[in-house]
Amino acid sequence: MDAAPATARGAAAGGGLAEASRLHWREDASERTLRRDGRRWTAWTAWIGGVFVVPGALLIAIEPLTFPAAAICFAHAWAVPWIQARRGARQVVPIGSERSAARRAGADGGAEGVALGLLGDLVGHAERDLLRTSGLALQRGELGAWLVGEQGAILVRSRGRRADCWCVRVAETGELPAGDRVAHLLLALREDELGFAKVANLGFSGATWRVRRQLPGRARPALDAARRAARENRCGVNHSG
Amino acid sequence: MGRLIRLDRTGHSTVAEWNGTDGDGSAVAVEAFREELERGMVASVSYADGTAEVVRELPLDAELVVLRRPIAGG
Repeated sequence: MDAAPATARGAAAGGGLAEASRLHWREDASERTLRRDGRRWTAWTAWIGGVFVVPGALLIAIEPLTFPAAAICFAHAWAVPWIQARRGARQVVPIGSERSAARRAGADGGAEGVALGLLGDLVGHAERDLLRTSGLALQRGELGAWLVGEQGAILVRSRGRRADCWCVRVAETGELPAGDRVAHLLLALREDELGFAKVANLGFSGATWRVRRQLPGRARPALDAARRAARENRCGVNHSG
Repeated sequence: MGRLIRLDRTGHSTVAEWNGTDGDGSAVAVEAFREELERGMVASVSYADGTAEVVRELPLDAELVVLRRPIAGG
């Protein structure tokens, strides 16, 4: 099965995500809202940097002997954005990673295998290899290239330069195997990409390299593949709205 | 041959199978489909181009219909 861009077919047919339509108080997601939220994250990161770097620099300018206190300020300026990117990257949870359902006590190996088999059937051939090695499912969408994990997804957009980390999961996971958790999210994303973005909570938005260095090593090739997909403009067709 | 499966703790379970649009199999499948939707499941049909669509009536011409649970923001 080819992994062509997810579309708004479901929404257009009146069959979009019911989960999204129930969130009537939330603004509908669109390319415009994603760009706006991205700019807010960039401004917030710059603000954090300024809030800590400027006092540190002032301290050194006034009295060089206050360098230890200034160093603490500089460390905060580095650490806060680092922690935010780490939190965003960790939300995704690749299959087989430290927080994966496949590694929980009492996980059923047989069920995990069945779920992975179905998930493998859902994704395309190239994406299947990537899924096996990285634990993340690559899905080309109209907003960008998505990487779907057990508890979240990363959207790589702006020609691969920006990554948005979304926290989204099966509402009642029960004892679902890891592969099924990803399959749930992948199907929902394919059904209604904008609805998916409306349901999910944006946990981080920033430069792709900031997310990459926080991902487990085996998941990084998936992010590289998503960057390539976004850069090659094989996704990114405009949504209306 | 159509198949209705539910993603569950076993990986997935076959809820119903049917052959064509006529016959007992399809009637049983339609009834099972409605029961699953009443239980809050979401039905999805995947297409060859990698897209999917939410369905609220069982498409008897589909090869595979997947029942999934609702998703939520974390």
